[in-house]
Amino acid sequence: MTAVEDRTEAPAAEIGKARRRKEDARLITGRTTWTDNMVLPGMLHLAVVRSPVAHAKISSVDVSAAADAPGVVAVFTGADLAEEQGSLPCAWPVTPDMVNPGHPSIAVTEVNHVGEAVAVIVARSKAAAQDAVELVDVDYEPLPVVLDMEEAVKDGADLVHDHLESNTSYHFVFDAGEAGTGADTEQAFADADVVVSRRFVQQRLIPAFMEPRSVVVQPQGDNYTMWSATQVPHILRVMAAMVTGIPEHKLRVVAPDVGGGFGGKLQVNPEEILCLLIARRLGKPVKWTETRSESLMTAHHGRDQIQFVDVAADREGNVKGLRVRLLADMGAYLRLITPGIPALGAFMFPGIYKFPAYRFECDGVFTNKVPTDAYRGAGRPEATFAIERIMDELAVELGMDPLELRRKNWIRAEEFPFTTVAGLAYDSGDYDAATQQALQLLGYDELRAEQQRRRESGDPVQLGIGVSTFTEMCGLAPSRVLGSLSFGAGGWEHAAIRMLPTGKVEVVTGSTPHGQGHETAWSQLVADALGVPFEDVEVLHGDTAIASRGLDTYGSRSLVVGGSAVVKAADKVIAKARKVAAHLLEASEDDLEFSGGRFSVRGTPGAGLGIQEIALAIFAAHDYPEGIEPSIDAEATFDPENFSFPHGTHLCAMEVDTETGFVKIRKYACVDDVGTIVNPLIVEGQVHGGLAQGIAQALYEEAIYDADGNLTTGTFVDYLVPSAADLPHFDTGNTVHTAPGNPIGAKGVGEAGCIASTPAVVNAALDAVRHLGVTDIRMPLTPERVWRAIHAGGDGGDRATAGSNAYGGAQTETTAGVSTEASSLGGDR
Amino acid sequence: MTRINVRVDGASYQDDVEPRTLLVHYLREQLGKVGTVVGCDTSNCGACTVHLDGEAVKSCTVLAVQADGAEVTTIEGVSRGGELHPVQKAFHEMHGLQCGFCTPGMIMASIDLLADNPDPSDDEVREGIEGNLCRCTGYQNIVRAVQHAAGEMRGAPAGDGHVAPAAVDTAAAPHVVGQA
Repeated sequence: MTAVEDRTEAPAAEIGKARRRKEDARLITGRTTWTDNMVLPGMLHLAVVRSPVAHAKISSVDVSAAADAPGVVAVFTGADLAEEQGSLPCAWPVTPDMVNPGHPSIAVTEVNHVGEAVAVIVARSKAAAQDAVELVDVDYEPLPVVLDMEEAVKDGADLVHDHLESNTSYHFVFDAGEAGTGADTEQAFADADVVVSRRFVQQRLIPAFMEPRSVVVQPQGDNYTMWSATQVPHILRVMAAMVTGIPEHKLRVVAPDVGGGFGGKLQVNPEEILCLLIARRLGKPVKWTETRSESLMTAHHGRDQIQFVDVAADREGNVKGLRVRLLADMGAYLRLITPGIPALGAFMFPGIYKFPAYRFECDGVFTNKVPTDAYRGAGRPEATFAIERIMDELAVELGMDPLELRRKNWIRAEEFPFTTVAGLAYDSGDYDAATQQALQLLGYDELRAEQQRRRESGDPVQLGIGVSTFTEMCGLAPSRVLGSLSFGAGGWEHAAIRMLPTGKVEVVTGSTPHGQGHETAWSQLVADALGVPFEDVEVLHGDTAIASRGLDTYGSRSLVVGGSAVVKAADKVIAKARKVAAHLLEASEDDLEFSGGRFSVRGTPGAGLGIQEIALAIFAAHDYPEGIEPSIDAEATFDPENFSFPHGTHLCAMEVDTETGFVKIRKYACVDDVGTIVNPLIVEGQVHGGLAQGIAQALYEEAIYDADGNLTTGTFVDYLVPSAADLPHFDTGNTVHTAPGNPIGAKGVGEAGCIASTPAVVNAALDAVRHLGVTDIRMPLTPERVWRAIHAGGDGGDRATAGSNAYGGAQTETTAGVSTEASSLGGDR
Repeated sequence: MTRINVRVDGASYQDDVEPRTLLVHYLREQLGKVGTVVGCDTSNCGACTVHLDGEAVKSCTVLAVQADGAEVTTIEGVSRGGELHPVQKAFHEMHGLQCGFCTPGMIMASIDLLADNPDPSDDEVREGIEGNLCRCTGYQNIVRAVQHAAGEMRGAPAGDGHVAPAAVDTAAAPHVVGQA
């Protein structure tokens, strides 16, 4: 595979190779640098006192007993920090009139979700700090709790924030007709033969990274070093500086080994700010590490949308229009990109289909819950679920095979690049090729035959096959596009290459990994680009003092944007080295060829110089050309001009026990096109992990609140992160259509499995029981919900034990005298 | 405070601990054995798994005083003479880890599993490690790693079920078609 279009030198030796990871050595031996491992002399430990109520005025906070407890050095309340804490930043005001109530790191007068910080204990040991938490006495005056979005947007609804006029933060609209990218949507629906409308629920999820969040701050004079289990040390640094007033150049942020993020560590957390403020107050190093319960309760959640989706088509199955209206749960506050998640998804609802008309509307709604924000896919899984579910519903309505309907409407291979009704220019791909390969991997025909046999024999275990043909916008992001969407930053990435005297190479990347294997993949890129051994490359990252510029890791951007910056930097190293080589070889630059790490003189066999030798020569700097600096180091910043668009076909075969409601994935096959594959091992691993999370949304996970706003899934006992026994074997494959928008040709892979799999799984379950009259089952597909959908109708979600106090579904009893009214809007419509 | 005598990774320690101190906190905070990590507070995730007298335990579920007189092995003590344990090697070889946070516990649980069942099937591995959560890998490569290690430890080349992940040192993953 050709790594770079305009490179014609040596064949790519490393790109495409299943290199075992460099990162593993420290991880498999326990020689890691997790933030919580850090111990500094004199370090103090923080524990956070958290609100047990979802919405209340704070009438008093008595910390005297806690302050007197053994080992406690200090106790801070919201009032103590009110003057200096500022507001946690929201970087994505999606509309000019978006309402942002502000987000204190620690509550001062009012709490708005369970788990909000109300006091912080500082003690000699973590145990002493935690012991003292119990001694803080807070009086709360309860206020009405707002939990259900459909209730929250009604006239006269109780308010999450008293000082706001309503619970609506913003109303975001994208109308293709108005944008000039499509026809008039209302007219398309008026003219259509068939309109299918559905209401889908994207339940609230918890990213549930395995390493709990942890922060250490060391003050040294007026300088501060923060170590944090974050995906975004660079963003955190600039934001923390702006919030606290610590000058940016006085603050260094380090992300050491970070144990997963999935968007959940793409945040400026209240506790990060609190650690800075308290370290500044006390002049002592402090550490805060959360418990798992704290993590599930207070780290941001993901998804949580109610989707009203209408599709219009003619009788032959040609789609004519798509209309989407969302209620998106913001939670109690707007965190870093909370409002932008559904707005990012807005452009993906048309999926891979040639809709002539499209309108999207979204209300961002406040509730008394922890804020939502990025979770693997961030807006795109929600969009993909909606379109892939409604295409199945349309197929049923038209009496068509769901694959035939998709094929009839998807963009054909020869139509790329294709500008969609949402205005995105899809770059490359072949949806049919991926689908054909996936069908073979699954054994589609045999499974369809078995499904028929089970139907005919009335087998209590029915079989269904679900399809999801998806694409996603990745490689976040072109800075100018982000600007047009009112995002508060750019989307470029930076890299630097340092050629050391011994010929070894340091690569500095601004993209900060937390499990993705940058050290390995970037080494492969540089080994090919510079023609140096893989082992001679060291990748440095995650420290703002080392990687001075960067925008970190999220949105399947690292290889596409960050890797491209590395390749561009390597090009500059070669260009600089070429001048030195020409000088030392006494040849014209034009006569030099660079291949396999070596400059040779055309037509002069034997004359040559390795780039690693040049590194030593330029270090000595005894003999180099006039007019240049004695260095071949280089840096580059890559700003993509377009997104990249991975795509794929995911197929799920599902057994549904109609007597118990138990569902079991019989087989899962997918073929993803992520462009150039630098390391097939890492790509396959990313797909597997994404599948696990997407399947978990379909079958297992939901953040559930009771009627008082308590998170009842606050431990891993209740929040069902799947185990190995809960997941099937995955049959994965790839097609490769390189991305034209970056020098590597990569499209991004981090989110693909998570985005594509959820609708495939739900479509499969429905396909198994649709002949029994089931048209929808609310996620997650617990046995109870599946059984109820089969035996009692509806989507099975309209019951206390199976649902949350949201989405108009289950309404559990309040235990605190503060209740939400039951909604009449439950079930499938 | 209670005095305990415990051997950890081959060295002997005598320490005073609070009776409520969990073994994992003793290992991390008093001995500096930070290779063993804490992932939850309900004994669900298994990230803290160590061996107590040769049996895998979740060290957040054991009090330090219960380890008095016992032999504890952590992830830091499983390699011998500079040589990685076959399960460690297999996790590397089969890409059985991404962020690596669950990995110490996963490796310790897998070693214990293989002691009980030297040739586990795919399902037996999945059931054997279901007390250990991983959020990154989807488990497939962990299953491969455990089975690969099982083959190595039996001294046999990997047979059926011991499938190498992706393609080994080939140009691309399996089932690749098309090339733009």
